[in-house]
Amino acid sequence: MLDEVRAKVEAGVRLDRKDGRALLEAAPLLELGAVANEARFRRLPARRVTFVIDSNPNYTNVCITDCQFCAFYRKPGDRDAWTLTVDEVLAKVESAATNGATTVLLQGGHNPELRLDYYLTIVRETLRRFPQVTPHFFTASEIQTVAKVEGIPFTEVLDRLKDAGQRTLPGGGAEVLSERVRRRIEPKKGGPEAWMAVHREAHRRGFKSTATMMYGHVEDVEDVLEHFDAIRELQDEHGGFTAFVPWSFKPNNTMLEKWIKQHKGPNAYLRMLAAARLYLDNFPHVQASWFSEGKRAGQIALHFGADDWGGTLFEENVHKAAEYVNTITVDEIVTLIRDAGFTPAQRNTEYDILRTY
Amino acid sequence: MRFADSRLEPIWEKVRSSTRLDHDDALALLESDDLLGVGRMADHVKTAREGDRVYFVINRHITPTNLCVLSCSFCGFARKPGQDGAYEHTIEDMVGMVKGETREVHIVGGHHPDWPFEYYERMIEAIHHAHPTVQIKAFTAAEIDYFWRRWKIEPQEALSRLKAVGLRSMPGGGAEIFSPRLAKLLKYSGKADPERWCEIHGIAHALGIRTNATMLYGHVETLPERVEHLMRLRAQQDASGGFVTFVPLAYQEAKTKLVPRQTPPADSLRTIAASRLVLDNFAHIEAYWVTLGEETASVALHFGADDVNGTLEDERIQHLSGATSPAGVAREQLFRMIRDAGKVPVERDALYNVIKVWN
Repeated sequence: MLDEVRAKVEAGVRLDRKDGRALLEAAPLLELGAVANEARFRRLPARRVTFVIDSNPNYTNVCITDCQFCAFYRKPGDRDAWTLTVDEVLAKVESAATNGATTVLLQGGHNPELRLDYYLTIVRETLRRFPQVTPHFFTASEIQTVAKVEGIPFTEVLDRLKDAGQRTLPGGGAEVLSERVRRRIEPKKGGPEAWMAVHREAHRRGFKSTATMMYGHVEDVEDVLEHFDAIRELQDEHGGFTAFVPWSFKPNNTMLEKWIKQHKGPNAYLRMLAAARLYLDNFPHVQASWFSEGKRAGQIALHFGADDWGGTLFEENVHKAAEYVNTITVDEIVTLIRDAGFTPAQRNTEYDILRTY
Repeated sequence: MRFADSRLEPIWEKVRSSTRLDHDDALALLESDDLLGVGRMADHVKTAREGDRVYFVINRHITPTNLCVLSCSFCGFARKPGQDGAYEHTIEDMVGMVKGETREVHIVGGHHPDWPFEYYERMIEAIHHAHPTVQIKAFTAAEIDYFWRRWKIEPQEALSRLKAVGLRSMPGGGAEIFSPRLAKLLKYSGKADPERWCEIHGIAHALGIRTNATMLYGHVETLPERVEHLMRLRAQQDASGGFVTFVPLAYQEAKTKLVPRQTPPADSLRTIAASRLVLDNFAHIEAYWVTLGEETASVALHFGADDVNGTLEDERIQHLSGATSPAGVAREQLFRMIRDAGKVPVERDALYNVIKVWN
């Protein structure tokens, strides 16, 4: 049933919404996976799977945005609200660097008490003290937040971060890029428009970033395709996205838990990855997340079009707040990638290969 | 169908024309790095047989004792008399373990040094008497063989007497992997050998007792040894016809260190798919989630498996060997595994009578 899609993919013809619906709703899973895998090997012929040594600390859990899917945030003044000093953040960067990290993905709540100088100091000091670490800091909505706090355009925040030495942005906070979804689960956040604007302006300034998607809550297939279309169009403009990184929503301890009891399973994940590999024809990499979907699902995903294993995530607190915990070592990553039949290679934030095993 | 591995093309021709696969075909399936190619063929066969149905059973595992005269090196369960953690259940305990909506009792235990055959007979009789609607699936061929070794009761007699007091079917355990080399290496040569294992299942089939078959894989066996195992089971099924389900069992690595880690999920998926294709005379292939983990078991429903076993409230053997899956998943969790794969859960009893289709 995918003959038409396969013919298009082979001829380099872009898939449309109708094709997208077929991939996400109707296609037999393994047939979809096989076509996605062919596309992956046409783009990246080596039987290589990359990973990054990284850590995902947070600088604050204070947030004024009240997203219904988030178990991590606390309101300003809550007893268990916390904000780290610059030195405390740098201690976390140091700990990651000591363990071999080349990337630190730093993100936090939308804390109106924090001024731009706080963010810039963390970037500068990270680069000064740990030159081997790429500061992969601050998602789009955090950049929007500090712009508002300072009363300046967010583009100025990007310029200042760039002056401080930052070159990449994490793709978090996209959730599902659809107004319908934003209104239902994150009405106080900027939503698709704000996320897209930050990434567009960042790419225009030479930043690289990732595009993420948190699925498995209130979205439908049209919302997912809207998300795919948005990031595919932006990628046509500047080519600034390195990878697409989807993960399933984890409901524990969130406001949505009342309606959504379980996270989506591995088959839904494999379908999302394979569909993304085919639909997002201008994305170089698709990430299999051992962390969010489990190591076994991660290994299987490498046969469904994914070519990257994600990172070590020495520290992670957001999934942990939803009672979802998973840990790994570099040795185990190398073993799992080999077991799955691929050559493991360590990469940096921008997907340059640092070491092949 | 298009394949990344051209060795699969002639096999696909055979599958499409319902031609039996031979030894070389089976080996090519297990060796292929075209995981999805193998899986798609198996899915084709599974779907032709069962459509979107995936079976499960609400069952209760009872392990009467962990005392065992054997010392199989892959087993983390067995204890010697007086050893820490050794236990023996009374018949009253075991009768009390069966509750609620249970449809099947699965009874497998150690080769107890002293319990007479009559103890086992009374056990089955008491459970059957207390729970007449619950189907009793009990004693591997290795245990039936042990009744002969220990008490000189022929399998024919043992199975007839057990059937008379309520035994309905037999589990497929104790087959391990049919290889004299491995029986010696892994110290299970004190157990029913392949000929004996098959003989006992043949006797059971002749008595009208349906049975399952297993294969313990992912340790130190070779792929040709797996093929040999499947071929032998298929031949036995041709001869006696009483096998219901084939259950490939992924070796659990935790306490018994034959290998450093469990075989990767792709190997399990490929093995399940190859089994579906090779065992053309078996009605069902099971993705046993306790050893595979829920994720792999759920994905396996696209690789030829049509059964996920059941809600195991007490799966001591696999758990003491380190399976990380929760000991008792509720029906809801089975639904999640089945529905995530886009399949329809069908609740069954031990003999695959349909209890309810959960649409």
